[in-house]
Amino acid sequence: MKQFLSFVKKEFLHALRDRKTLLILFGLPIVQILIFGFALTNEVKNSKIIIVDQAQDMASQQLITKIEASRYFEIEKEIVNPKAIEAAFKEGKIKMAVIFPDNFNHDLLHQNKSAIQLICDASDPNIANTLSNYIAAIVGDYQTELNQNAALPYQIIPETRMLYNPQLKGVHNFVPGVMALVLMLVCVMMTAISIVREKEFGTMEVLLVSPFKPMLVIVSKAIPYLILSLVNVASILLLSVFVLELPINGSVLLLFAESTLFIITCLSIGILISIRVASQQIAMLISMMGMLLPTLLFSGFMFPIENMPWPLQILSNIVPAKWFYIIVKSVMIKGLGFQAIWKETLILSGMSAFLILVSLKNFKIRLA
Amino acid sequence: MKETVIKTEKLTKKFGNFIAANAVSFEVKKGEIFGFLGANGAGKTTAMRMLCGLSTPTSGKAQIVGYDIYKQTNLIKKNIGYMSQKFSLYEDLTVVENIRFFAGIYGLSNQDIKDKSAHLIETLGMQNESKKRVGTLPPGWKQKISFSVALLHEPKIVFLDEPTGGVDPLVRRQFWDLIYAAADKGITIFISTHYMDEAEYCNRISIMVDGSIKALDTPVHLKHQFNAKNMDEVFYELARGAKRRE
Amino acid sequence: MITLNHICKTYGKEKKIAVNDISLSVNKGEIFGLIGPDGAGKSSIFRILTTLLLADSGTATVDGHDVVTDYKHIRKSVGYMPGKFSLYPDLSVEENLKFFATLFNTSIRENYHLIKDIYMLLEPFKNRRAGKLSGGMKQKLALCCALIHKPTVLFLDEPTTGIDPVSRKEFWEMLKRLKKQEITILVSTPYMDEASLCDRIALIKNGKILSINTPDHIIKDYPDNLYKIKSDVIYTLLKDINLHSNTQSCFTFGEFLHVSFLSDTESMQQELLNYLSKKGHLNIVMEKTVPGIEDCFIHLLKKPA
Repeated sequence: MKQFLSFVKKEFLHALRDRKTLLILFGLPIVQILIFGFALTNEVKNSKIIIVDQAQDMASQQLITKIEASRYFEIEKEIVNPKAIEAAFKEGKIKMAVIFPDNFNHDLLHQNKSAIQLICDASDPNIANTLSNYIAAIVGDYQTELNQNAALPYQIIPETRMLYNPQLKGVHNFVPGVMALVLMLVCVMMTAISIVREKEFGTMEVLLVSPFKPMLVIVSKAIPYLILSLVNVASILLLSVFVLELPINGSVLLLFAESTLFIITCLSIGILISIRVASQQIAMLISMMGMLLPTLLFSGFMFPIENMPWPLQILSNIVPAKWFYIIVKSVMIKGLGFQAIWKETLILSGMSAFLILVSLKNFKIRLA
Repeated sequence: MKETVIKTEKLTKKFGNFIAANAVSFEVKKGEIFGFLGANGAGKTTAMRMLCGLSTPTSGKAQIVGYDIYKQTNLIKKNIGYMSQKFSLYEDLTVVENIRFFAGIYGLSNQDIKDKSAHLIETLGMQNESKKRVGTLPPGWKQKISFSVALLHEPKIVFLDEPTGGVDPLVRRQFWDLIYAAADKGITIFISTHYMDEAEYCNRISIMVDGSIKALDTPVHLKHQFNAKNMDEVFYELARGAKRRE
Repeated sequence: MITLNHICKTYGKEKKIAVNDISLSVNKGEIFGLIGPDGAGKSSIFRILTTLLLADSGTATVDGHDVVTDYKHIRKSVGYMPGKFSLYPDLSVEENLKFFATLFNTSIRENYHLIKDIYMLLEPFKNRRAGKLSGGMKQKLALCCALIHKPTVLFLDEPTTGIDPVSRKEFWEMLKRLKKQEITILVSTPYMDEASLCDRIALIKNGKILSINTPDHIIKDYPDNLYKIKSDVIYTLLKDINLHSNTQSCFTFGEFLHVSFLSDTESMQQELLNYLSKKGHLNIVMEKTVPGIEDCFIHLLKKPA
């Protein structure tokens, strides 16, 4: 036991003495939370657009005022010449052009129908979509205002309520995602690297030629990272509560318990990698390409899994982060209890058990 | 009187308060084999780096092949060759590929590269091995190739940093044959080594202790001066009292 | 204490031979040297004996324990210093030593008498990170770490490579003191001059043993008379002697050339001296000399297998 403790102590010393490790350990979560929380949001604000008003009548002016009033748009300048539009797009000055045709009001009043042309820069399809939806909403609003005067026989107005996230805030998605990402990175990469480093230093040889059980070498490497990762979870939660003002709706204890489970899953992946590879670079590469990328792609927090083709949907099931993401979302945001996430918990436990088993099978008591 | 190719005057390098090389002054003549000895930590590497133009001295003067060590480092690099035990060749490239690569670095023309690599492979007697990857060759061969590669661009001085570590005595002597041959052609050899018998092969040697040169002469004179049977004893006598051994 | 019986080891798919049918035994309290260049198979032998590698064929024992079946016993009782520096560079001298002591279930105090002489040299730097030590000091620390659990057998794989001659000398003096404590030491080195410091040596090359014996015996077995010759210009002297028809071998050794002749008669010697004078050599000295281990090694290397 004393051997084991001194090993754990040594691991802590390694981790705390290496500035790069420390930076990844504690800088990364903070930076990620801040980037995702403030810089990278799904909401589109203050997009530059131009309006070409060929009608210059009452209806067009009223609509333009409404568009101006919304915080989503910033009207660059009112261009009357349609040819200038293309140039503005090419320069990347604007995201969208709104064109009112001649006789806009006239057509509206006499034919009960009128058109507005929206030209969007679809090089970023998400933004294009969002912007055209915003305009559609504003136009829809205006339409309802107009219709108040006319007696329409039937009207169905859908009233939407956004549950759990009434303001449709991006952070609700990002915090669980960042948690999955950071834990994946810290646990998989750090453990893998720290074990492989012993191989590279040649200290692994000395450790093997000692009475200390080889498997314990590996386990004692995992413990410091388990503790440091829990510190990470705590710091991410604190940041999200106090900086991003995102409350934890469910049980904090349950959240930590589930995080511990996910950390163990990640640690076993890290251990498995470290058993198979011989150099720090390869360990890093595998952790980055093999782990980080699938986590980003398939956990569901960047790209909705439901929209993927079915082979990818199936593939996403083997990504542990997907299940953890579901768990954190359920506990933290929906405030659900264990009965809602027992299935996911079981899957993660199964994965961990499998990975540990494979690691044990692959572990060599000698040099390869 | 042969021309002087290395000339240093009170060359000093400080790292903070630590004086790695302290007022090092010496001269090396053309075609000389100059042994550069010293205990670990005596400042050999620091001094060698300054001479190769890789590190700027804190104070003092030095000229390498007539070029100033502060301002003309690019010209210095063009006129010197360098080989160390650690880095020499790319293990995953073949012999020919390595030779061509290094020739290319020094800006030799395509025709030159072709001629020189063919000539080199012939002189080394490696016609059968030229297409083999360097990693598969025995260590002795690698050393011969990397020494030859260091000479490809016809440098005036070659710096050899412990070039013969870990090879068998036969290979070591074959390697020294190459060194002698190069010196015979007028190339100056500047070599550091931990083999004291190799020190005897040098025309002159310097022994660094605690950052300064404590002895500089021919092996015969040094042995006489310290009343020693061999260079090993001379070295021991000088380096034993070193303070900077930690 | 150590036995190897027809040990063979190959690596990889190409079956690159590292150790080729090596048998030897080391007695208790002996300093046994494996002498050979890089790639001779020294490290593989060390790893087989320290239970880190499995041999392809053959058997080996350390302190009576089989290296395959009894590996746990061996790991408890031996000390091992691999060829590479194998301590934690980011831990201090003291932290390293403490860690290795606890690893072997002991404490620095318990076996301090073993490492005292060496550790006293390190003590002034005990708070310095191991990575910041010079080569000689690193080796001393590594030796302390390998000794801290009072091993019965000490495996030192090239402990003096890249170390300056003074540190090397000190290192060997330490080994001699350890020998008095009845610790068996298996040590490898590429430096031929260190061979004479061992009780017995094995000269190896390409995984094969060229010769096993005491250094004195190996030197006695050198078949020819050896002469040392020098003149003012060694390089041309070497070339000229090599061109002479009676030369069997001629190699540089320090300030002299070591030469052996095909036909070793006084008249032939005189003939060589005349030949050299004619070539313009000045101050020619020629004396009979005793071969060193290095001469023997070269001789064995040149001998057709």
